[in-house]
This record gives sequence, structure tokens and C-alpha cells, in this order.
Amino acid sequence: MAMPRTLGGGPGAAGRPGTGGPQVLVPAGGLPTPGAGITGARSLRRMVRAITANRKATTGAALLLIFSLVALFPGVIAHDDPTAEIYASKLGPSAHHLLGTTALGQDMFAQVIYGTRPVLEIALGVGIGATVIAMLIGVAAAYLGGLWDSVLNLITDVLLVIPLFPLLIVISRYLGVGGAGTEVMIVVITATGWSYTARQLRSQALSLRNRDFLEAARVRGERPLYIVVVEIIPTMTSLLVASFLTNALYAVLFSSGLQFIGLGDPNVISWGTMLYWAENNEAFQTGQVLWIIVPGLCIVALGAAFALLNYAFDEIGNPALRPVRSMRGKRVQPAQ
Amino acid sequence: MSSLLSNEQPQSSPGGRRPGAILEVRDLSVDYVMERGIVRAVQDVSFDVAPGEFVGIVGESGCGKSTLLFAIAQLLAPPAGIVGGTVIFEGENLVGLTDKQLTLVRWRDMSVVMQSAMNALNPVLSIAAQFADAMRAHGVTSKPEIAERSAEVLKMVGIDPVHLHSYPHQLSGGMRQRSMIAMAMLFTPDLVIMDEPTSALDVVAQRSMMVQIKELQQQFGFAVIFVTHDMSLVRHFTDRLMVMYAGQVTESGGTRQMFERPLHPYTVGLMEAFPSIHGPRVPLTGIPGSPPDLANPPEGCRFAPRCPQVMDRCHTTAVPMQTLDGEQVRCLLYENGEVPG
Amino acid sequence: MRFVLRRLGFFTLTLWAAVTLNFLLPRMMPGNPALAAIAGHRGSLSPGALRVMEAQFGLNTHQSLVAQYVKYIGDMATGNFGESLTTQPGNSVAHMVLDAIPWTLGLVGVTTVLAFILGTWIGIVSAWRHGGRVDSIMPPVFVIMTVVPYFWLGLVLILIFGVTLHWLPYFFTYDFTLTPGFNGAFIGNVLQHAILPSFTLLITTIGTWVLTMRNNMITTLSEDYVRMARAKGLPGRRIMLSYAARNAILPNVTGFAMSLGFVVGGAILIEYVFNYQGVGYLLLDAVNNDDYPLMQALFLLITVVVLVAILLSDIATAILDPRTREAS
Repeated sequence: MAMPRTLGGGPGAAGRPGTGGPQVLVPAGGLPTPGAGITGARSLRRMVRAITANRKATTGAALLLIFSLVALFPGVIAHDDPTAEIYASKLGPSAHHLLGTTALGQDMFAQVIYGTRPVLEIALGVGIGATVIAMLIGVAAAYLGGLWDSVLNLITDVLLVIPLFPLLIVISRYLGVGGAGTEVMIVVITATGWSYTARQLRSQALSLRNRDFLEAARVRGERPLYIVVVEIIPTMTSLLVASFLTNALYAVLFSSGLQFIGLGDPNVISWGTMLYWAENNEAFQTGQVLWIIVPGLCIVALGAAFALLNYAFDEIGNPALRPVRSMRGKRVQPAQ
Repeated sequence: MSSLLSNEQPQSSPGGRRPGAILEVRDLSVDYVMERGIVRAVQDVSFDVAPGEFVGIVGESGCGKSTLLFAIAQLLAPPAGIVGGTVIFEGENLVGLTDKQLTLVRWRDMSVVMQSAMNALNPVLSIAAQFADAMRAHGVTSKPEIAERSAEVLKMVGIDPVHLHSYPHQLSGGMRQRSMIAMAMLFTPDLVIMDEPTSALDVVAQRSMMVQIKELQQQFGFAVIFVTHDMSLVRHFTDRLMVMYAGQVTESGGTRQMFERPLHPYTVGLMEAFPSIHGPRVPLTGIPGSPPDLANPPEGCRFAPRCPQVMDRCHTTAVPMQTLDGEQVRCLLYENGEVPG
Repeated sequence: MRFVLRRLGFFTLTLWAAVTLNFLLPRMMPGNPALAAIAGHRGSLSPGALRVMEAQFGLNTHQSLVAQYVKYIGDMATGNFGESLTTQPGNSVAHMVLDAIPWTLGLVGVTTVLAFILGTWIGIVSAWRHGGRVDSIMPPVFVIMTVVPYFWLGLVLILIFGVTLHWLPYFFTYDFTLTPGFNGAFIGNVLQHAILPSFTLLITTIGTWVLTMRNNMITTLSEDYVRMARAKGLPGRRIMLSYAARNAILPNVTGFAMSLGFVVGGAILIEYVFNYQGVGYLLLDAVNNDDYPLMQALFLLITVVVLVAILLSDIATAILDPRTREAS
């Protein structure tokens, strides 16, 4: 089986504008520049090395790891039941309740810890789901070309410009009185959000389409599905990773937003719903500052993890963006 | 003028400092600061250019010729930087000057032509605007004067001035390239530096462009430093030739002399790789192997691993430049200033 | 010219898609909750409005889908959106929307333009000084700024400047003990109320502009034509602006339009937090009250605004980049 040639990953990071992540946008139909392409098994080692070398990446990865552990084993860290309204309400932080209690008598620390899992589930679900859809559509459009390309492209572009948050609001409202639980959130956010990265993936797939190694595969007589899966997709790894990170970030921010305004399922313990309850119980008027600040900080921290990783991958893929090593003391030419 | 050279190490330019040279490069070295280490792309290069001389610099990809060119024009940018040596242009050392100080020299006395006009011309400005830019930066501000000169230089290279208002992407490849040359002629400088200006063109266009350059040179008397990897071009158009390998100059001298009697084994290999179309049929030979990693340059001769005439000492002895019949060559074969018998 | 026509075509197509989406959504959702809501309020609605909403939401089951669609399109085109379900007596949706627009345009419009200009400028300068100490700490700071949730930052700022320090007002668009009018006191009050929401929006959106511009600038600065500009001896400022920035900003301009969709999302949340009586607040109000006609009209309005902005930015791109003017 032929190893795909190491070719350029696109300009990398697909940060979604306005919500988070930096972006180097690929102009419509524009070609990505060949960067430090990563592909195949060699890519994993290279990726690990690249991550440990880059400070931003390590911070982001570390944060992500911490949150993942918390999400997987909440019981180990927090000993109280987050939903139990058994304590005295509005207590300040103490040894028993690290963050105090909510107005409903729940232990806030437990809520924050247990609230991690739904958020990560949504981030992961949307990250993977949107990337898979974007990949299928983007690559199909690029590879099939012709009428298929035009149609898919049009659908993508139209979905791209329809403002997402209002759409999310309207759809969530329609979906029922109980509010959108985790699974519903994942589906809805994925369904409305795949278009951005689809455009970038199509762009890159287009530029790869005529490369020699694909011609070689075609001439060998390989079937189109094989070519797409085995040859094209691995070369797009860096863009796929960027797509995952972007969509995950966007999912975290939008889902918390929806939950905050009450469109999420208020019975699910999550950072967004905590903020919803905080606002409903007039937390800042009554001095329950922690109830507002802590869940928000968690969102920022998780978001930062994704965004930093995304930014770091941008730098890894495009060496020009890396911090410039100073040549002071060596150069004769003055710094310009 | 000799005071400029009094602190220098012994020069390696042929026969001492040439009188009236407009460009004197001495021991120029350039480093690239990379993540994997420091790469010395240009090592102790020295040469002169006399007024009106057409000097060619050849070598394979990665030998440092383009870096050398940009270093001379003070156009390097991080991570590259000059770490030693001088570039004395018309009496003034350009190394260490700020961009502001260089403005006086730039374009008026020394201009640059790059490899790809598509990349070297600003895609969002018209040709006229880019010509006007250069002129305004040097004190020419009257609109009619700018328009007149712009039209004049375009006619010089055979382009109808009506194209002044076009954008680069609207011109054909050949026209773009020629407009770059026209732009370089705006102040009829004393030295024009060209970095593979014909590489992006087809063979026919290449030749016509070279002829054009040569005509302009003869008409206005400017010197040219011409970098290329194409030996056939240098043979017919250059007065003097410099061969570079792995960041060092390996041989330099008069073109005809070098083609008739190449000294350095690398030069020999290069010549043989481009057999003349008029000469006898010879088997096409390349030079096996590849250039050394400049992050860890070898102790001895850099060409040793690929040299068909290598001796044991070549791997361990650093090789200085030798002078021989008005030519210079960096090879232990000519150690005592003689051709090996 | 052809370019503009093509974009107009796309604009129309997308508008049609949004309108059709509005038509299909209530019918696709389980149980068509819109019907139930409208049925509940039937008494307070005028017959004219009722007819409009029949077509929009599929109340009249004896009319064919196609006929409903045609009527619906006609109503949309003439600005007939029916009446609100929640205000008595059924206020015209169109009027409610028109009342809210100026507030949002003022707040969001001005702040976004400000954020774009300021952010782009910071990006340009920071890239020009790539390698300096400022440039190495700045990017991570801005990256973190971009992930701060709009609504949360609003809450925090209210906590600090409103509740604790009592420096700035944070509720409603103006002090409602004042009567609205075109006088200094009123306008001053409006501006005062706009400071916190505007600042929130500014901080959360500026980061993206800075980072994109900086990244694009850095890539552009390594282009040959920038080197050529240096070779010509052009003054630094001219290189930075006409050669580097003018090319680097192109993707930013396209991105500006695309990001508007997201800015709108953020604006909605901010208006909610500050009770700012703009379009976003109205939308959320409608959502919480099951006011479907209002909700859909607002969705359409927001889509139109975004589309117009995209069209404008496409025209701006064509002006800035001569290459796009050729038909592709």
C-alpha cells in the first residue's frame, strides 16, 4: 500500500471568527500554502514532539487533560451529590464546601466538577461530528467536481451566511419545553455548524486533487473511495485537527450561551446551566459572586485550552508565525 | 580608499584590490538562525565588480547564491542576517546601515530584479503606481515627470506604455518580467542585481530577455550581477563568472577562460552537465551525491564527498582560495599556485 | 460588474433559503408548537393578522402547502409579519421590530466597526514589530480574550462597575424616568447606558481581528513584493500600509462579513444581560413567551442584515483587490 507523500497541511487553524480561535482564512477557492505537512504514523510522533516544543500547545494540552480527567472521574474529586439540595443555602466557601453553596442549597464545588462532563461531551460530540460531516462534504465536493461540487458548495455557502445563534435559538425553542439536553445540543449545534470548516477542507482537497500522487493512484486503477480514504484524507490531518478544535470551542461557547438564556435542559448540571440558575436567583444582587465567576472561568479555561492548541497548530503548520529567535549579538545588520 | 581595507584580513580577490571597482565584497558571511541550529548559508565570500561588468554567479539550489545576492543588497530579513564581512559599494560599507540610510543608495545606484515578477510585483497596485512609488521615494514628485519617465522605461524594454495602468495579473509572464527590468532602470543605476530573472520563462523568452538585458547594459553602462543555475546562459552573456558550492566560492575568473579550462572538479562537473549543442556528442553526466548539511559543515573541503579527484587530505584540511593565472580556485589540487603536473 | 451581479444573485438565493427555512421549521417540528401558541391567543388577534399567520404557520389545513407558501412569500415581501402574540392588543410585529432596530444598530454596529478598526491596526503594528517583546506575550493574551463568553464578561463587568462600584448603569437602554427626546441630557444618558455593553462586545470581539491580521501580515511580510519595496528604498510606513497591510487585510475583509453572524449571536446575549432594548433582547423575549410570529420575523431580519453586510464587504473586497474584479 503506497504511503501518501508528505504534503502541505493547509494554513492550519480554522478559528471561527467571533467566538474564538485565530484564523488564517483560506480565501474562496484559494490554495493553502504547503506547510509542515503531517501524515501517517510518522505524524503522531511529530505531533507529540511539536506539542511539547511549543509552550502554547503544552499549556492547552495540559488544561485539556485536566478537564478530561475531571469529567471522567468526578466522584473522585467531589464527594457531594451536585443535585442534592440538602445544605444551607448561600453559604460562603469553607472546608466543607470549597466554593460554598448555591441559593438552592447545593454544593457548588460538586456542581462545577460534575458539570464538566456534559460540556466536554458536547465539545467532543460537535468537534467530531462537524468535522466528519465537513470532511465528507468538502472532500466529496472537491473530488466529484462538476455539478455535485456546485450544489454542495452552494448549500455550504448558504448555511455559512445564515446567522447561527439566532437559528440555534429558534430551533431549540421549537424542540420542546423541556429544553435541549446534551444529545440534542450536540445534534443541533453540529447540524448548523459544519459549513465553516467544510469550506476550508474543500479548498485544500481541491488543491490536492491534481497532485501527482493522486494521479499515480488513479492510474494504478484504485477505486475513488480508496483514493479518498487512503490517499487524500491522511494528508489533510492538520486541517482536520484544526477543524475539530475549532468546532469544539464553538460548541462550548454556544451551548453555554443557549443554556444561559434558558434553552438548555435546566435539570442538567453544567457550567452554562449553573450560570442560568445564578442569574435566575439574582446572584450578584445578593452577593453570591462565586456562583457567577467560577463557572464562567471554567468555560474560559476550557475554551482557552482549545484555542491555544489551535493557535499552536497554526504556528506549527506555518513556521513564519513562530516567535522569532533573537539574533542580538550575532547580527551585524540592525534589526528592522 | 585604501584605509577602508587596512584592517581587513588578506584579501582573496584576484591581484589585490581592483582600481575603480564599484562593488567590493570582503569575507561576507550570512547565518540563518533555525530551530535545529545555526546554518551558515554564505561563508567568507569575497569578490569585486568593476563598472559595466557582467558577473555571473552559478551553483546548484541551496548553494547560497540567492542569499548572497540579498545580503549584498541588504535585503535579508530574520531569521537570516549578515554576521561578518563588508560590502563596499561605491566607497561606502553598506553592512550595518539602517533602511533609512540605505534609501540614498537604493534604486538610484543599485537596483534589484527578482525571479518571479508575479511574486515581486504588488498585486493590488498598478504598474504605474509601483513605478511612481520608487520615484517619489527618491525626490521625484512632479506627476508629469513621473509619467514621462515611466513611459520611457517601458519603451526601453519594448512594452507599450498603455500598459502602465494595468495590474500585474493582467500582463503576460514575459511582459511582467520585462516591466520589472524597466522598473529597475528608472534611475539608470550603476549596478543591477538579478536573481534568476529568466528561470520562470520558456527558452525562447529567456533568450530574448537576456539579449534585451545585454543591450540595455551596453547602452547605459551599468554593471550586472546575475545569479542563475543555468550554465548555458552565463556562457554567452557574462564577462566574469563565479561558481558557488555549499556557501563558498569555489572558483571565479573570466568566463571564457573558465569554460575553456575549468579548474575546480565541481566546475568541471557543471560544465559537463551542460554539453554544448554545437559540440561533439558526449554522454550526459551528472554529479552524484548531494551538498552537505550547512548546519554541520564538514571540516575539510565541502565538495570532497562527491569529488572524482578527491585526496585523503581533502576531508580534513580547510581549503583556502588560490590564485592561478588571474583566476581563483578553492581546491587543494592547486595548492602551490600551480596546475598539478 | 459581473462580480457584483453574481454576489447579488447569491444574496437573493440565501434570502430565499432563509425565508423558506422560516416556512418549514414550524411544520417540521414535532407537534407544531406554533399552532398551539397561536390557537391560545386567537381571541386577541385581528383577522388580517390571523390570515397572515395561517400561511406562515400552517394553521389552515385545507389550503395546499404550495398555496400557503405563495401567500407567505407575498406577505413577507410586503412586510406583513402578523401580530405579536404577547403584547395586548396584538401589536404589529413589523412595528415592534422597527422600534428595536436603531438601538441594536447603534450599539452593535458602532462597536463592531470600532473593534474591527482598532483590532486590525493593532494586528498590523504588532506584525510589523514581529519579534519584539510585546509581540511575544500579546498573542496568547488575545487568544484568551477571544474565548471569553460574551454574556459572562457582561455579568462580570456588571458586578464590578455596576453593583460594586456603582460607576455605570447596566440596566435598559436609558433611565426610564427620563422622557426620550433629542436633547443633551437624554443623549448623554443613552451613551452612559451604552458604555458597559459596548465595552463587553469590544473586548470579546477585538481579539479575533488582532490575531487574524497579525498572522496574515506576518505571512505577507515574507512575500517577495515586500522585499522588493524595501529594495526600492520606500519609506517604512508606505511598505507597511500599501504593500503589506493592503494585501494582508483582504482575508480579514471577507472574514468580517462572515463573522458578523457570530457577532450577532454575541450581541443577542449581551442585550439580554444588560436588558438593552434592541433586536436581540426582543428575540429572547419572544422566545421566552412563545411568540412565534415575532421570533420568526426577527430571525429573518437578522439574516437580511448579515447578508447586506456580506454584500458590502464583497464590494469592498472588489475595490481593494483588483484580481477579484475579473470574472472567475
